[in-house]
Amino acid sequence: MFNIIHAQFLAPGIKRFVIEAPRIARKQKPGQFVILRIYEEGERIPVTIENSDPERGTINIVVQGAGKTTNLLNTLKAGDSILDVVGPLGKPSDIKNYGTVVVVGGGVGTAMAYPTAAALKREGNRVISIVGARNKELVILEKEMREVSDALLITTDDGSYADKGFVTDKLRQLIENGTRIDLVVAVGPIVMMKAVSEMTRKENIHTVVSLNPIMIDGTGMCGGCRVLIDGKSEFACVDGPEFDGHKVDFGVLVQRNAMYRDAEQRSMEEFKRRQDAQVCVAQGEQR
Amino acid sequence: MTTTAKKSLNPLSPKERIKVPRQLMPEQPAEERAHNFEEVNLGYSEDLARQEALRCLECAKPTCTDNCPVGIDVKEFVQRIVIGDFLGAAAKIREANVLPAITGRVCPQEDQCEGKCLLSKKVKPLGIGYLERFVADYEQRMGTHIVPNVQPTGKKVAIVGSGPSGLTVAGDLIQKGHKVRVFEALHEIGGVLVYGIPEFRLPKQIVREQIDYMREMGVEFETDVVVGRTVTIDELLEEEAYDAVFIGTGAGLPQFMNIPGEHLNGVYSANEFLTRINLMKAYKFPAYDEPMLDLHGKDVAVIGGGNTALDAIRSALRLGARKAYVLYRRSEAEMPARAEEVHHAQQEGIDFQMLTAPVEFLSDGKGWLTGARCVRMELGEPDASGRRRPVPKAGSEFDVPLSVAIMAIGTSANPIVQSTTPGLGTNKRGYIQASEETQRTTRKGVFAGGDIVTGAATVILAMGAGRRAANSIHEYLTTGQW
Repeated sequence: MFNIIHAQFLAPGIKRFVIEAPRIARKQKPGQFVILRIYEEGERIPVTIENSDPERGTINIVVQGAGKTTNLLNTLKAGDSILDVVGPLGKPSDIKNYGTVVVVGGGVGTAMAYPTAAALKREGNRVISIVGARNKELVILEKEMREVSDALLITTDDGSYADKGFVTDKLRQLIENGTRIDLVVAVGPIVMMKAVSEMTRKENIHTVVSLNPIMIDGTGMCGGCRVLIDGKSEFACVDGPEFDGHKVDFGVLVQRNAMYRDAEQRSMEEFKRRQDAQVCVAQGEQR
Repeated sequence: MTTTAKKSLNPLSPKERIKVPRQLMPEQPAEERAHNFEEVNLGYSEDLARQEALRCLECAKPTCTDNCPVGIDVKEFVQRIVIGDFLGAAAKIREANVLPAITGRVCPQEDQCEGKCLLSKKVKPLGIGYLERFVADYEQRMGTHIVPNVQPTGKKVAIVGSGPSGLTVAGDLIQKGHKVRVFEALHEIGGVLVYGIPEFRLPKQIVREQIDYMREMGVEFETDVVVGRTVTIDELLEEEAYDAVFIGTGAGLPQFMNIPGEHLNGVYSANEFLTRINLMKAYKFPAYDEPMLDLHGKDVAVIGGGNTALDAIRSALRLGARKAYVLYRRSEAEMPARAEEVHHAQQEGIDFQMLTAPVEFLSDGKGWLTGARCVRMELGEPDASGRRRPVPKAGSEFDVPLSVAIMAIGTSANPIVQSTTPGLGTNKRGYIQASEETQRTTRKGVFAGGDIVTGAATVILAMGAGRRAANSIHEYLTTGQW
């Protein structure tokens, strides 16, 4: 059992949990993740670690409600608990002084990009961060990202905050302005990571992306998270989750992530129906 | 001084014993069990067990024991069954084997104890596995576990992985008075016994009972710890002050064939397929959240010929598959699976396509599997494994329509512990180097055994390594000598 000490929405549908997990808190490094299972009948899902406090023995995870498990997770509050949290999993980000690094965070991916940006900054890099979201409400960790970046550029798809457009627009501007970029780190939706990688490939800028395939055990045992890297199978949980963006077959990733779409939809519909029923009962009781 | 042979308690003469037929294991009818996950074998009754036990020839030099990886005193435990002392029989087995209810079910007896049984020269061998299972289940039913009362030594041992080797080490060391804590990466204890071997071959309740017994004896378990990530071997030794560590992390990463189409939706590794079913209970979706592809009315094939392959395809059959194939590149004689499993699978209607291998997986153009292009093989000269090497027959390509293909062609070493433990020697395939006698690694105080040392093998071989490791750890803890 892993206790939730604090839980707070960062944006609609995106929640940060502070969880008591002393062993993980001691070991977590940027780029790593945890796998959790909320309750006995639950599935195992990989989740982003945004930060950790080894002294308090806590980790912060950030979750965006997408399917049943993430939406159920988002109903949990301080004082609730999660049955299993295991990690930190995956290889840590390769943190060293590259020179100038552009860190791109798309949507909830910003939470995964943040610790990497912070570590790169501590290592003496010039860090230019680009954060993108669909709209103003969904921009997360702005303050935190600003603190660890030499410059922070923000885009929203609808222009409701900062500049209208995509993260790739900002990246292109940097490239066109002649900014020397030694490394790009991109974490976010697959389409975003793909677009970033395609842009930097032409410019020959080394680009690292963090992949999020379906996983079960997270220790390399099941092979469900296999991704195609340079035509070869690799396992995101032990060989990744970070890979050279120029070598990733994003098409295969999109296709494999859709493998259980029908089941996921069914789970989600039943979850919503049950939630609605609970709301009705609660309203009935109030009356 | 004269010695007299211990008088046999068996009322039958050796000639009479040979005339008693091997008692059949009662089992669920094939047509019924092909649709459920209940155990196939139902177990001997007391009468059947005593009848079978009567067949033992009580050899002066029992080859059965010599061929048991943990050296169970078969003759002695079988004699106790003859006189109806079933608990005594269980106690005798437990001297050598802490998991008898499990090995009685999953050991390849035909290659070990029963393979060398003297009876098999003339008739069928003694049903040693069936008898072992009987006494273990009897003991469990009676609820009379003997919890040994031993003097604590003050030493503590960390065990990494709760599969067959780790559990054996834990069971042995706790009985020698050491404090034992087992770390498991998954959320359930048992390793391959819970994620890999299906319910119909090894009910999870049996595994839980064996683990509960270990808890009673004082073994501590901690789940959700990936050693190498959550805590390292060095931290266990230095910061958590363990006096010794045993690494039994198991088989590792599933292998693929690196043929076109392996990334299509519908292609699974056997580990993933079985984990979804056994550990995550995906077949109970949506009562359980973990999904899997619906197999009802679908054609499914497994590629491989080991126990894992058969576990996977027989699970697929039980989940409603219309056609269920085994595609194996050698012939039946070379199949590594237990003979009883092959027999059961044939009874259930699994279609064995021997000397057959896929060369490509076919797609619907939208990322989903539609079939496998296969070739027929013929057997050439023996290869490194001593088995005849399969060679593709030119022009023999044919297509098998499939919705799901399951790869069960073996595993490679999981690198997590090795890559995070400085000074821990590995062989060229990446497995941990350990002495065959003592299971000692190249690091002082660190022992290893099971699949992470040998590569994928069997439950009982891992337990044999666990037993050797436990003895060797005990010696190290007692003498301090490395």
